[in-house]
Amino acid sequence: MALDILQEKGVPLDKQVFTWKDLVRRPYSKLDDDAFTRVCVIYMNGIMADALRTKHAFARMNRELREPLAMIRRLEQYEQTLINWLNPPDQTPLETTLGFEQVAIEVTASVALREPDPYLAQTYRFGLLEDFDHLYRYSALYDRLEGKDPNTITQSYTDIIPGRPTSVEHRHPVDDLRRPYDKRTAHPLTKLHAMSITASENQTHDYYMTVGPFFSDPVARQLYAEIASIEEQHTSMYESLLDPGESMLERWLLHEAMEVYNFYSCVAFEKNPRIKEIWQRFLDYELGQLHYVKEIFQRVEKRDAAEVLPSTLPEPIGFKEHRDFVRKTLNQEEDMASNGQDYVRMADLPRDHRSYIWRDQLNSDGSPSETVAAGYKWIPGTELAARTPRMGSTFEGKKVH
Amino acid sequence: MKTTTSDMGRNRTGVATSPIDSADIIQEAEKHQPSHLGDGSLLLQVRQLYARESEGLGSVPPPASLKGVAKTAVDALKGSKPTVFIDKLGERLAFERSGTRLYEGALAKFDVYGGWEGGPTREGLEKIYNDELSHFLMLTEALKSLGADPTAVTPSAEVTAVVSQGLPMLIADPRANLRQSLEALLVAELTDNACWEMLIELARDLGHDTLADRFQLALDSEGQHLLWVRGWLAAGVSEEARGAPAGEKRAGTQPRV
Repeated sequence: MALDILQEKGVPLDKQVFTWKDLVRRPYSKLDDDAFTRVCVIYMNGIMADALRTKHAFARMNRELREPLAMIRRLEQYEQTLINWLNPPDQTPLETTLGFEQVAIEVTASVALREPDPYLAQTYRFGLLEDFDHLYRYSALYDRLEGKDPNTITQSYTDIIPGRPTSVEHRHPVDDLRRPYDKRTAHPLTKLHAMSITASENQTHDYYMTVGPFFSDPVARQLYAEIASIEEQHTSMYESLLDPGESMLERWLLHEAMEVYNFYSCVAFEKNPRIKEIWQRFLDYELGQLHYVKEIFQRVEKRDAAEVLPSTLPEPIGFKEHRDFVRKTLNQEEDMASNGQDYVRMADLPRDHRSYIWRDQLNSDGSPSETVAAGYKWIPGTELAARTPRMGSTFEGKKVH
Repeated sequence: MKTTTSDMGRNRTGVATSPIDSADIIQEAEKHQPSHLGDGSLLLQVRQLYARESEGLGSVPPPASLKGVAKTAVDALKGSKPTVFIDKLGERLAFERSGTRLYEGALAKFDVYGGWEGGPTREGLEKIYNDELSHFLMLTEALKSLGADPTAVTPSAEVTAVVSQGLPMLIADPRANLRQSLEALLVAELTDNACWEMLIELARDLGHDTLADRFQLALDSEGQHLLWVRGWLAAGVSEEARGAPAGEKRAGTQPRV
């Protein structure tokens, strides 16, 4: 049933309380939980990180809103903590990275399929093919560095094949900027989508920047540097979709609605009752926060929040596999590039284009993403499983040394 | 609280969990060629390139006292490199100190899970805890006697810390029960035994016979630790494999000290 966010009041702020024991709960199981439970945890951590990031930026530029921003920020920091601490300690940074890329593929695919604005939909498909390639590169790293199978994390939901090669994703900064939606005419879902994917990619960038130096292998360190750079490009690309003409309060109100929408989507998906209860609780908290901000918006801007907010939420995000859509997109749009704000075929860019010059400079000392996945084909049980059949069977005569 | 370790459940990591999806992604992966030629050796070549440019993990600090300076000078005159011994003593010290914390953690788990037939006892775990602590003390004194700083992290101490970083992680994980935690203790004890043996050989080679004699006592007790830990673990695995009732708190086996 559709959620009427203007009617549902949620939990008032003074009832949104936590303890340290409550914040640090039993994590999900890396072995037994569904990959999309991990996807939701990683994704919602990104959404809440952006809630804080955005409000910190507001507070640095607005005296009047400092107190209400501080109030909401504190509650959201607790929410983010509880969510992020659901990641289990036996899930290594590289395994969590595979989860990040699964988020970037499946959530972006869901968004691209439902986005009403064709230009924004194209932007999501464009970014999707790049993150799709990152999963393949990190999978090769995981297999070759640790002798482990990346599909144990992605659980056969997502293809592990090359996308638009990471080595050609490096562009001139100007070629990452897009045309923003128009706040007056854009569908509310367009705004929720753009804020959600911006949040998710920004957190992916920050995560890679944090964990990259923990790796000992130089190619791993290089690969994190390279893909973090693409995530910075993606953050620039997606945030440029947001209309800079929106007032601070309008953006804040929309951000709260976006958080509500994403928790609502997680509630609709989650099968693990222990985790679902958390999504439901934070959906109710976020509704409370939305109404708190709505009051401020209406008082300060002297206009009805219903002008900005959708009354009912759209269909929840599809936390599920989108292989057919991703394959079709890869088949049709792998060779897309951007020239300023416009999409073109890569072959149509002149060889002296600024993005070629930018990319060639970066790759001139070798390409980490090409090195790590040279000749790599995923098969179940790691690429070593493809090597062993040549040795013959130990059950049928091969001597075990 | 979960006392068993190997129950059937909803593990989703294998391809057999979702045969239709798995067949589909396997077929798709077969259809696509890698975007770049080569193989896994390219990654190793880059590692080799960086290795050639490397300046190592760090160094052994200079002697901490005048006595150490004099000793270093004498050893240098004799043609030996005294920092090797200091480095390896630093390694053992760090390992024994961390090992003490491992047994603290194991004792905390023992209070929750109890033992099993042939499994650990509180007295047995406490005995090893005390042994590890006394080895840490002995190594501190050994380093001081050579004029070295026992608080420094030497390169070999760092190597061992990197190699064994999963041990305290598993012991501290409340989801890993006592039997699973014994796997960490087994790795620690196997390392302990091999490293004490090598340290004793090194001490004798360098003419530190008094220290070597003391280290032999430590090795003797480490041998005993290994037997116990291995026995406790084996008994725990067999008990569960035999389907013996789990979950009740029982005393383990008293070690023959």
